[in-house]
Amino acid sequence: MNLDPMECDLAVIGCGIAGMAATMFAVNRGLSTCQVGSPREIGFASGLLDLLGIHPISEAKPWHDPWAGLDALVRDVPQHPYAKLNKSDIRAAFDELLEFLKSAGLPYSRHPEYNSSIITHIGTMKTTYGVPETMWKGVEAFEQKKPCLIVDFTSLKGFNAGLIVNRLKPSWPGLCAARIDFPVNRLMAEVLPEHMANTLATPNNREQLAQLIRPHVNDVEFVGIPAVLGLYRPTDIASDISQRVGVPVFEISTMPPAITGLRLKEAFERGMGEKRAHYFPRNHVTGVKHEKTGRFKVSIGPDNVSQTVLSKGVVLATGRFIGGGLHGDRTNIRETLFDLPVYQPETRTKWHRVDFLDRRGHLINQAGLETDDHFRPLASNGRPAFETLFAAGSILAHQDWKRMKCGAGLAVATAFGAVRAFVDHFRSKNYVSK
Amino acid sequence: MKTQVLIIGGGITGTGLARDLALRGVECILVDKRDINAGASGGNHGLLHSGGRYVATDPVAARECHEEGELLKHLAPQCIEDTGGLFIAVEGDDEKYIADFPSLCAQCGIPIQPMDPEQAREIEPALSEKVIAAYSVQDAAVDPFMLSLENLSHAQELGVKWLSHTKVRGFEIRNSRIRSVRLEYTQTAEEVAIEADIVVNAAGAWAGLVAGLAGIPIHILYSKGTLLITQSRITRRVINRLRPASDADIVVPGGVVSIVGTTSIRIDDPDDAYPTIKEVDLIIDDAKVMIPALDKTRYVRAYCGVRPLFGSAEGDGDRSVSRGFTVMDHGGQGINNFITITGGKLTTYRLMAEKTADLVCQHLGVSKPCLTRTKPLPASHHDRWTEPALAPKVWLKDHGRDDVILCECEMVPKSVVDSIIDSIHQYGGKADLHSIGLRSRIGKGPCQGTFCGPRVMSYLFDRGELSADQCLQSLRDFARGRWKGLHSILWDQQLKQVELLEAMECGMLGLELKEE
Ligand SMILES: Cc1cc2nc3c(=O)[nH]c(=O)nc-3n(C[C@H](O)[C@H](O)[C@H](O)COP(=O)(O)OP(=O)(O)OC[C@H]3O[C@@H](n4cnc5c(N)ncnc54)[C@H](O)[C@@H]3O)c2cc1C
Ligand SMILES: Cc1cc2nc3c(=O)[nH]c(=O)nc-3n(C[C@H](O)[C@H](O)[C@H](O)COP(=O)(O)OP(=O)(O)OC[C@H]3O[C@@H](n4cnc5c(N)ncnc54)[C@H](O)[C@@H]3O)c2cc1C
Repeated sequence: MNLDPMECDLAVIGCGIAGMAATMFAVNRGLSTCQVGSPREIGFASGLLDLLGIHPISEAKPWHDPWAGLDALVRDVPQHPYAKLNKSDIRAAFDELLEFLKSAGLPYSRHPEYNSSIITHIGTMKTTYGVPETMWKGVEAFEQKKPCLIVDFTSLKGFNAGLIVNRLKPSWPGLCAARIDFPVNRLMAEVLPEHMANTLATPNNREQLAQLIRPHVNDVEFVGIPAVLGLYRPTDIASDISQRVGVPVFEISTMPPAITGLRLKEAFERGMGEKRAHYFPRNHVTGVKHEKTGRFKVSIGPDNVSQTVLSKGVVLATGRFIGGGLHGDRTNIRETLFDLPVYQPETRTKWHRVDFLDRRGHLINQAGLETDDHFRPLASNGRPAFETLFAAGSILAHQDWKRMKCGAGLAVATAFGAVRAFVDHFRSKNYVSK
Repeated sequence: MKTQVLIIGGGITGTGLARDLALRGVECILVDKRDINAGASGGNHGLLHSGGRYVATDPVAARECHEEGELLKHLAPQCIEDTGGLFIAVEGDDEKYIADFPSLCAQCGIPIQPMDPEQAREIEPALSEKVIAAYSVQDAAVDPFMLSLENLSHAQELGVKWLSHTKVRGFEIRNSRIRSVRLEYTQTAEEVAIEADIVVNAAGAWAGLVAGLAGIPIHILYSKGTLLITQSRITRRVINRLRPASDADIVVPGGVVSIVGTTSIRIDDPDDAYPTIKEVDLIIDDAKVMIPALDKTRYVRAYCGVRPLFGSAEGDGDRSVSRGFTVMDHGGQGINNFITITGGKLTTYRLMAEKTADLVCQHLGVSKPCLTRTKPLPASHHDRWTEPALAPKVWLKDHGRDDVILCECEMVPKSVVDSIIDSIHQYGGKADLHSIGLRSRIGKGPCQGTFCGPRVMSYLFDRGELSADQCLQSLRDFARGRWKGLHSILWDQQLKQVELLEAMECGMLGLELKEE
């Protein structure tokens, strides 16, 4: 079946954080926008929004002040994608994102000037920047080392309150742990976070959970539980539970894919729906042609139902190997849609270090697309491959988000930069043509 | 501590010897600086050799392999899948070798059946169209982990004491005898001394280093061999390349996977061996000539082992050095109660143990005969979890309400981890991620520990096996261990997999960072 081509200003390829953010920025700027890709929960992971935690990675140097860290990073690694933006751009990108998420029912909290520390499901502390509001009390409790109870559920694997408490107790003596059977599905050995979240949409079930927690609440000021407080309206559910328990209850991230990531995906989709972007989830771009008119002809599969989009510009946000934007065979790394040149180590022998945890990081993580200052990927002649093709997110070269702890921040900031560059270009062209 | 015999090295030789001696009523302590099968016994091809591979270069080893292989099929069937094997040649292979092969096999008493290439391709459709000659042989696949663990279990039942993570540091020698052996518990850095009437050095490639601690020079060269594991099983039988022994000649089925290899690379340090990208590429490019599917199949892991080579290997390269074994009584070198056994094959371990135990008994004045030639290796129920697809089978048949699956790729439930912990406890040990991984399929599926690692760690904490502080280190060690087998095969699917692993363990959990 072939549907009529659809025309738009901008086509965003990819539905990870970068693609979602690009569409949001585009729609906010009045562009008619199409977005294609299959958003997978894993891409949104913990729902935490890192800005910059570590630099340089070889020294594993942490930054409490990510903005100061950015200065150092841009100075030391001028090719880093962040270096193509001003700090004020990155701030503006975050502000706009958090505003959008709030209006989509998923408010985030942060120290605007500082990173925050978050407890993980195995009791390490993670440095991050934007924190789901339902987790924020945990940040405060940790900062002030308030007496706090951590609860886990027998039926939730890999989240261990005892382990968290034992690991953190030396620096946080007021911690204690409890294990309870999650109510309602009590007879099941294993319940997935998503089912728990659905269960807690009902007040009656929340009361049951609160009743199980209450006996353990002796002289603590906070209670931390695995992140299962509903898929929708989590802040309302968190305050409802807090009231029932008697002290503030906050969420702690679980193993990815986590509810907190799922919420982020849902919030993007919901928010976008209201803004009327054309959205093709569960679809794949099977090919893109650049036409003589300067427009891109984007073919969308699966093969049996194909749709064509004609767009004036494209934001390529297809991610790395997990996302599918890059592919590695035994000899070479390539970009999968346009076959753009990929910056990469000369041979596979240099892709990975022999030690997984080598301080210097794996060189393959620096591979990716190189762009000009307007986030346009370069052809082999060093010039932009196309006038209006932009790239954003983890597909970009010269960044190692896993080690630098800058994944979501990089995705959002570069999406901001790419869309802005397109808007500038679009406006200048439109003036000429009108 | 005191004992009659101290055996150094918990590989197949050491565990086999412990069982042999225990069956003759001799008291033993078995030690390994790491764990069971930490050396070549955990890094080999798992081929129960028919002997065909050695007919041209080493008729003695060929004959031994044939005889011992047939014995083991009867004595330890639980560890063996009697797949049968093929020797095949492809266009361009050495015609003279092909022509000589049948008579060479006959000279060593190794039964083979000629087969026309068409027929070979019918029973093994993965074979190349370019096959020009084929013979069927009596090869089989052996699970080396189960084999060592079963030998150990039986030995322990008979009273042998087993100490893992216990490294020999030195010997106290007086009047031409080892009076005591100095050892270190590597996990706690505590020292311990063991007095033994006889000390047996079964340290495989490390035998020279151990003998060196007693002032005995044994010149050993180290030859590393690398192997690749495919995600699914490619052939039903063992497939050997019919040519003078070379790299990438053999494909052995291992349950649900196939194992392809190997190489022979001289290295300087047996403790610094890992599969390299060069070897992996070489193996694939060579083996795909026999089996074209090996070019595009998904590989889940690579690993390697180190062979000890004695004497000079000048001219013909490492493969011409004998694969036979050597039992050395160091009496002639001034130490009267010290024996070294090294070399040989997994296939011939029983014979190696027999010859060594004979010598030990002669020293001790024990006249009991060897029983391992006739007494079957008992199947213990603890050591079966290395078998692919067994855990899910048992779990599906019958599981308790709380018995959740901890490793989803390989479907390993909590109850299996419990049973492994119990077996480790039985003899005073403690479990960590590594020792659980060694004894089960955990971490061996497509996710390579990304999800099951933290889950099993968390469970080991609940069981009191790991303290909160040990948890993270155990997770790091586990990830590093898996990585050793991954870093040379990272393309296609596996590249995605490790990106996810790194996103979880570094991006999310910051395992690469120093603890605050
Ligand atoms: C395990 C894990 C943990 C993480 N932890 C954190 C964390 O703690 N903090 C943090 O800030 N971030 C974290 N992240 C998220 C990370 O920041 C983002 O995944 C990263 O920023 C990459 O985003 P992206 O949008 O560029 O790419 P991806 O998320 O990989 O998205 C790429 C998208 O492109 C689509 N695509 C690819 N090819 C095509 C095609 N041909 N047609 C259509 N669509 C296509 C894919 O389907 C996918 O939706 C984590 C991620 C993972 C996986
Ligand atoms: C790549 C490769 C493939 C092979 N394929 C096959 C095959 O398919 N079929 C076959 O029959 N054979 C095969 N072999 C041969 C077979 O694996 C070995 O012959 C056999 O495993 C040797 O066992 P071992 O116990 O003597 O030595 P190892 O298994 O190496 O054991 C020695 C042990 O000593 C310990 N040790 C070392 N130093 C100390 C110390 N100071 N204190 C305490 N302990 C110490 C080590 O940790 C180690 O566990 C292969 C070998 C290799 C390398």
